[in-house]
Amino acid sequence: MTEVLQVALLFLGCLFFGLGTLGLFRFPDTLTRIHALTKADNLGLGLIVLALLPGVTGWAVAVKILLVWVVALVASATSAHLVARALSAGEEAGSD
Amino acid sequence: MTLPMALASFWLLTMLGLGLLRIWRGPSVADRMLAAQLFGTTGVALLLILAQSQAQSALRDVALALSLLSVLATVAFLTRVAGNPPGSTDD
Repeated sequence: MTEVLQVALLFLGCLFFGLGTLGLFRFPDTLTRIHALTKADNLGLGLIVLALLPGVTGWAVAVKILLVWVVALVASATSAHLVARALSAGEEAGSD
Repeated sequence: MTLPMALASFWLLTMLGLGLLRIWRGPSVADRMLAAQLFGTTGVALLLILAQSQAQSALRDVALALSLLSVLATVAFLTRVAGNPPGSTDD
């Protein structure tokens, strides 16, 4: 039973990664691309982490995988904000 | 269980390739930075899947390091190239 669940979660994770990358190409300007990239990819990563959890041998490894996901969430949230702020500040000042 | 993982890792690899296309074609500098962030998340997912399918726990540490470094790359880029350090625009 967990096998089927793992495959389903893995497929959903890959689907969201595909959506994130598709968003990276289809959206008109940079700010919308940031939105697509950050949200879809993090959800995809979360689903893949959930897919991998049942197959993991020990508790420590399971916690490590979840921590990697949390770090990735925080990392892409901050970098998305920084890029958006730099972009909007750039537009206001007209520097780029 | 190895086939779905192999297919998933192949799919993530193609996503990375598309990210490269965005780097090449990206009109503005910020788009190229987005692709760097794409590498952060997609690379981490790919490493986690490979760590599971090849039973190499070292790859999980690599995934952790990669997700951290992708943030530092973005911050370094913004403070050096975009010309306005994140702290300076607090008004």
